[in-house]
Amino acid sequence: MTDETASSQAASPSRRAALLWTVIPFLVLAAAIAWLFGTNPLRSFENGAPPVENLTYERTTLDGGGVRLLVRAGGSEPLKIAQVQVDAAYWQFTLDPPGPLPRGQSAWISIPFPWVLGEAHRVTVVTSTGATFEHEIPVAVPTPEVTSNGLRSQAILGAFVGILPVAIGLMFYPALRGAGLSAMRFLLAVTVGLLAFLLVDAVAEAFELAGASAPVFQRGAMVVFAAAASFLLLMAVSRRGGRPSGVALATYIAIGIGLHNMGEGLAIGGAFAAGSAGLGTFLVMGFTLHNITEGIGIAAPLLKIRPTFRQFVLLTLIAGGPAVLGMWIGSLAYAPHWSALALAIGAGAILQVIIEVTLFMLRNDEDRTDILFSKEVLGGFALGIALMYVTAMLVKI
Amino acid sequence: MRNWLPFDLGRRKLLGAGLAAAGGAALAARSALSQDAAAQHQGHQMSATTDGKAGTSDAAPPHMQAHGAMITVGDVDNERNGFDPTSMLTDWDLGTVSTLPDGRRQRTFEVEVEDKEIEIAPGVMFPAWTFNGRVPGPSLRAMEGERLRIILRNYGSHPHSMHFHGIHAARMDGIPGAGVINPGEEFVYEFDARPFGCHLYHCHALPLARHIHKGMYGLFVIDPDPELRPEFRDVALSRLHGSPENARWQELAMVMNAFDTNFDGENEFYACNTIAHCYAKKPIRIEKSRPVRIYLANLTEFDPINSFHIHGNFFDYFDQGTTLTPTLKTVDLIMQCQAQRGILEFTFGEHADHEPGLYMFHAHQSEFTELGWMGMFEVVEEVA
Repeated sequence: MTDETASSQAASPSRRAALLWTVIPFLVLAAAIAWLFGTNPLRSFENGAPPVENLTYERTTLDGGGVRLLVRAGGSEPLKIAQVQVDAAYWQFTLDPPGPLPRGQSAWISIPFPWVLGEAHRVTVVTSTGATFEHEIPVAVPTPEVTSNGLRSQAILGAFVGILPVAIGLMFYPALRGAGLSAMRFLLAVTVGLLAFLLVDAVAEAFELAGASAPVFQRGAMVVFAAAASFLLLMAVSRRGGRPSGVALATYIAIGIGLHNMGEGLAIGGAFAAGSAGLGTFLVMGFTLHNITEGIGIAAPLLKIRPTFRQFVLLTLIAGGPAVLGMWIGSLAYAPHWSALALAIGAGAILQVIIEVTLFMLRNDEDRTDILFSKEVLGGFALGIALMYVTAMLVKI
Repeated sequence: MRNWLPFDLGRRKLLGAGLAAAGGAALAARSALSQDAAAQHQGHQMSATTDGKAGTSDAAPPHMQAHGAMITVGDVDNERNGFDPTSMLTDWDLGTVSTLPDGRRQRTFEVEVEDKEIEIAPGVMFPAWTFNGRVPGPSLRAMEGERLRIILRNYGSHPHSMHFHGIHAARMDGIPGAGVINPGEEFVYEFDARPFGCHLYHCHALPLARHIHKGMYGLFVIDPDPELRPEFRDVALSRLHGSPENARWQELAMVMNAFDTNFDGENEFYACNTIAHCYAKKPIRIEKSRPVRIYLANLTEFDPINSFHIHGNFFDYFDQGTTLTPTLKTVDLIMQCQAQRGILEFTFGEHADHEPGLYMFHAHQSEFTELGWMGMFEVVEEVA
């Protein structure tokens, strides 16, 4: 008892000190901020230059009332939108919410502009300082309204390009079951190859979309850290119950592919909303072919066990379903940073499954690292990438 | 998968792909969408012509209905600017007159250079360099043969000058080494008012384009001396400011100019007398029975020409104003390159068709018009 009291007495001053030293830094920070705003010691840096201004266009809709644009401000001072041009002519507009746009804030600009179907228009915002920010509408088509009909059509399309190919890929499962050890190795290497392709693709697209998003979201840094976070998170989760294999590993592969599809679904939905997506049969078929390989990848780790039909259905939905979800969200609330974020998270997830599938492949062969350089593995890896590359040629424009 | 969607590709390719019917599910989705599209588009065209939103509703004044919703939003604070484009039309700077020992008349103008942020369109500020705090600078007006003294004081931040289009000595030219003065300095330009006509002055410090674009220019009108023009005495008298013959005329000073607010070498705003759309929002009242005379100059920077077109009427044009007979008769459009200027004469009092109402005028480069250079004459029976 006395011992305990003594120790608690000894501890409490040090705990108080710790508490004190947790508060003091914050107080110093608060004082510094107060001083900065109160006395403006940086006056000497004020050289009469106009404020730095930035405006990012996030969303465009066209309908019977004209053109509506969602813009986000980012600058050293609140940005005042003074006038709006469409095709080098000043138009009346309304701003919602009205008034200056503080840093990071977004607002809708509505212009009663009689746009021309199928033609290009250029919108230019002029701020109070005379700075201009341009946005091109490459092809003016009415923005699809969000109706249950429209959402259903998108779901069908999403299923066609997301769920159906994964299901077809998984249908190879019975044929693959009889595979021997080296065939198994080969198939797993194919999976790693196609995942590697998706990883590169997702990262490249995420960077591209991040480049089109508002600087306030940190662009490249957002992509890298979102990917790292998702990688570490999935790694930690998957390692809770030891190394994943079988259905668990297939599920992680499906999650990675699903997140990737989600990011792309967002972009497609957004493109629909912006009216900039035109679908051709060829493109749809190309994409379906492209995604069939993803299904084969999911099937590979399952070859030694006997999953239930329900598990197959779930895996298909996990990998393909997010395409539908992404399309819906994208058409309702598209912004480039959301797509970039989803793709970055997908990239992290894909990196995680690449590592897990590789480890799984080694484990199948009693942890012999030399198999990594066997001709089945190298050939499979190359084939996986080649398959994705060739089918991607059908869909890249 | 995103790349399957053409974000930045050529539009035609994209259209082609879009029009090709999609397979399976996509087909159904597409056709449903495109039907919506057609319906929406039609409705939209109607709304654009009949009730295109703010400013064009039935409640809008007639002069605001004339251009639909295609106009700048809001109004410029003329008080803060310190000049009003409507009063600028008739606000001639006549200087102060004195008599020289030899009996000749001397006219003295005082002009001060000032850096000034001005609002050139509603809500858009422009860091201008001004003569007497306004853009365009004061419309100086003198009579042929007078001795002119123009005292320039530079309170700006850069060297400046006044370069007059007129007859003067090399020392008075306003170019570097001959009348360009540093901040804080003063210079007096002296020369005879010759030839009569509609002229201009502008800063000729270098770089020229920047000094002109920043707003350093103005009209410089020399009225003909009727005694020297016996053959056209009446015409000369009608041009002479202050004469009873001149009082009948409604004279307007107009300078076509433009502003490149983001300094990329292309103008964002065009105007007549600086403020985009100023005479569209506040039409210029014209008394039907009195003839109109416009002293017009083009000081637009970056574009090679500007033009003036009037609706529903024709005018006689006196290029540079140095003749008393028109150089172009019965035209409704003239072009001016930079620093070109002239006098336009017309009336709404001769033809039965000229009922009171709104008559538009604008540059006939549609781009300039739609970026602010358009206005309205409101022809009335009598100005109250």
